[in-house]
Amino acid sequence: MNRLVLAVAVAALLSACGSAIKLDNVPVEDKAGAAVSTPSSTTDGGKADSSAVGKGGGTGVDLGQDGKDSALQATSRIVYFDYDSFVIRPEFQSVIEAHARFIKSDKARKVAIEGHTDERGGREYNLALGQKRAEAVRRALGLLGVAESQMEAVSFGKEKPAVLGGTEAAMEKNRRAEISYR
Amino acid sequence: MNKFLLGFWIALLSFGASAQFRVEVSGVGLTQLPIAAATFRGEGAAPQKISAIVLADLERSGQFRGVESGGVSLDEIARPDVSAWRQKGADALVTGSVTRLADGRFDVRFRLWDVVRGQDLGDLGGQSYLATAGELRFVAHQIADFVYEKLTGDKGVFATRIAYVTKAGQAYHLWVADADGENAQSALNSGEPVISPSWAPNGSQLAYVSFESRKPVVYVHDLATGKRRLVANFKGSNSAPAWSPDGKTLAVTLSRDGGSQLYLMEATGGEPRRLAQSSAIDTEPTFAADGKTIYFVSDRGGSPQIYRMSTAGGSPERVTFSGTYNISPAVSADGRWLAYISRVSGAFKLHVMDLASGVTNAITDTAADENPSFSPNSRLVIYATQQQGREALMTTTLDGKIKARLAGRNGDIREPDWGPMQK
Repeated sequence: MNRLVLAVAVAALLSACGSAIKLDNVPVEDKAGAAVSTPSSTTDGGKADSSAVGKGGGTGVDLGQDGKDSALQATSRIVYFDYDSFVIRPEFQSVIEAHARFIKSDKARKVAIEGHTDERGGREYNLALGQKRAEAVRRALGLLGVAESQMEAVSFGKEKPAVLGGTEAAMEKNRRAEISYR
Repeated sequence: MNKFLLGFWIALLSFGASAQFRVEVSGVGLTQLPIAAATFRGEGAAPQKISAIVLADLERSGQFRGVESGGVSLDEIARPDVSAWRQKGADALVTGSVTRLADGRFDVRFRLWDVVRGQDLGDLGGQSYLATAGELRFVAHQIADFVYEKLTGDKGVFATRIAYVTKAGQAYHLWVADADGENAQSALNSGEPVISPSWAPNGSQLAYVSFESRKPVVYVHDLATGKRRLVANFKGSNSAPAWSPDGKTLAVTLSRDGGSQLYLMEATGGEPRRLAQSSAIDTEPTFAADGKTIYFVSDRGGSPQIYRMSTAGGSPERVTFSGTYNISPAVSADGRWLAYISRVSGAFKLHVMDLASGVTNAITDTAADENPSFSPNSRLVIYATQQQGREALMTTTLDGKIKARLAGRNGDIREPDWGPMQK
């Protein structure tokens, strides 16, 4: 059943590639982020709020929420992996080929490949496992001629599950690499 | 009889600690010194129950057993009726007073008695403190440290601080709190995950990993000013910061050259230099107290195991051999113990290894333990786990016999790191 849906999705993607690639409506992440709310927090220009901590009490820093990336949901940007595996399954090769063509078509395009794991095990070790998945996809794109300068492989480890819960069905959805245009 | 006593002490504790945390006692043959804390004179009018905090600290250490004081109030000048305290089963007694001064501060005094040695010889000394209302808990922890050191000969760690992270919905907070989890102050709020806080040896800075820029980067955060510096933001992932004992060097895991690999860099930032090179995952570096050895995790042998190597380079030596998943090493300051997480039949469990003999024990009965960190006196480990479906922080003695669940914030609580001794 799942296989069938995937096959249809891949076929649809491929036919799309054949004509005009519709990937460029993928929203670009807004990296500016929210304003830092306390003057004491500083050099990073990021979205976290740091604060002074003394014996008496300090005020917190608010990193705030930045916009949710709704496009991350699109299946055609996600490569799933088997448990404890970093091998790109054959059914995802066409997804990677489509992205490779899209990235190569504009040298100004930047893409982050974000690796993720399921919830089992330590946070730092999972970060390294997610990195391995992201780099597998990056290498696959590289083999198709995408320039290293256009790609960055990063990992979220188990910190950003796509689906909450410890069921095998949830964990299957979380072992993934997402191709994210920036 | 023993069972009955244990039940009694547990009940007493949950009362004495005013439900801040629960101490779990398991196992038999514990040698614990029985100690009572009289209600300090004036304590009822003070914002903190000093005597209860002192007793709860001592209990959590595993070295002491609380004795019910029966609500008796005694100040530091009073001469206790030692035979009465002996009858209650106490070997030691803490007395004291809390006085509100005209300027709103509090004068806290205490005295420690060895009731076995009697009224004339048993005075083990005391101290006095001036404190604001907000500092009263800290004073109680200092009193507990005095008692602990007098009676065990070891430094106490009650007046130290811990860092941890909470997650409530999509809000992540990095907190700095007293060693009992109380008095937490927010150091960072973020809408993206924060992991791996790590105390600088001087206790004034934390390094941590933040995902606020949609990738993991390493910050060093000054706690007094709230200013922070982005020290590792290289291409790829930047994670797992660990301080050298002299505070000058950070060990980090970077993927900038492909794969997760270990690097050393100045704690102020700058160009990293590669520590080890492998085609495998190398991560979770941590310095031994000698500053010359780094323990880390690598799957170079086919499964994640703990290795150690010289900071000068050279070939790593494998440390863990049983099991196929051993991660998150922490080395005690005295160099004797290695704490780590091992997967056993699908459960992730805290283990403690005696480094001299290699003898290893699993010391928890939970299944999702993470991220152990030693107290600076090498006597306790703090770690994250799951209890009743929530993430929680626990402390345990190295034999696993005395555990306490730390006071929780709202939401899930994780990623503990125990700070250094206060200077």
